[in-house]
Amino acid sequence: MNIFADHCFADACRKNVDMEKIQIIAIIASLSFLVYIGRLITKGKLREEYSIVWIICTAILILFSFWRQGLEIISRLVGVYAAPNLIFTGTIFVIFIYLLHLSVVLSRLQQQNKTLAQEIALLKQKKESDHA
Amino acid sequence: MKIAAVIPAYNEEKAIASVVNEINALKKNTGIDIVAIVVNDCSRDQTVQVAAQTDCVILDLPVNLGIGGAVQTGFKYALEQNFDFAVQIDGDGQHPPAEIEKLLKSMLEKNLDVVIGSRFIDKIGFQSTFMRRVGITYFMFLNKMLTGQRITDSTSGLRMLNKKALEIAGNNYPDEYPEPESLVLYALNNLRIGEVAVEMRERQGGVSSIGTFASLYYLFKVSLAMFFTYLRTRNRRPEKH
Repeated sequence: MNIFADHCFADACRKNVDMEKIQIIAIIASLSFLVYIGRLITKGKLREEYSIVWIICTAILILFSFWRQGLEIISRLVGVYAAPNLIFTGTIFVIFIYLLHLSVVLSRLQQQNKTLAQEIALLKQKKESDHA
Repeated sequence: MKIAAVIPAYNEEKAIASVVNEINALKKNTGIDIVAIVVNDCSRDQTVQVAAQTDCVILDLPVNLGIGGAVQTGFKYALEQNFDFAVQIDGDGQHPPAEIEKLLKSMLEKNLDVVIGSRFIDKIGFQSTFMRRVGITYFMFLNKMLTGQRITDSTSGLRMLNKKALEIAGNNYPDEYPEPESLVLYALNNLRIGEVAVEMRERQGGVSSIGTFASLYYLFKVSLAMFFTYLRTRNRRPEKH
């Protein structure tokens, strides 16, 4: 029975479970965000595929809010000095990619919209010339 | 009793003519009043031109909507034109039109609103790839959890709907990979859903539009969508009768 080992283990547990205020805020904010997304989807205002990114990000945020050690471990693995920097870098990277994706979707929608409008104008003309 | 055969087609110039001709042959041989309706989803090949040479109704979409949007267009047309039933037939030739008789029989005899042609009841004909079957089993499980119904082939596109089901599908149909998701929609609107054993063929022409990486994405996305359709419809559930 190594009392030092027991002490370290208990310490480690406490280190992970000891909630700092910011962790609790992060968890509540993430869960509220998820609930809000859920409501948007249920009301038909948000398509499921666009929520996937948010759901994954929020899930990761919740995971690290509980598991503080995990953040340190991954930061060291990637070679980032301060753990929060990892969060910022990762988040910004994800946001960039997501914005790019949305821009691509928007471009396609705009093109489709133009095609539809033109088709309608041509159909209207055909209808009028058929009546004449 | 008019039946609309809704045939969504995207780049199916090789197979579309034979699908339409088989449907017209079915009409001739059995006397069932069925009309082939080809919905061209803005194909980049000669699909529309080939279809125009055959005896069918053509709905030519000016933009690409995907399988869900294309099929829904056919449903809306069927509703407008007052068809009694609509049956979805894939434009690639995997669904033999002769099987339509089985679906119609089942729908009339058992008084169902939706009849699905399942590959996995008798396990004859083309059984699809292993990965696809894993996905299908997964959806069967998820569907059972959300709606309590046991559907053996929830991704089958070979389906017949009656007017009641058409009204629901015409209003609100999923765009991507609509087959599993729409079942949740139907079940929670208290439609009577049944299955019939059918035999399907391998693709006669063209390439499947879903790759492996995309399959995983669809698995996740459709599960999410089924779950939210469940939440959405659960509260607005019409009274059971």
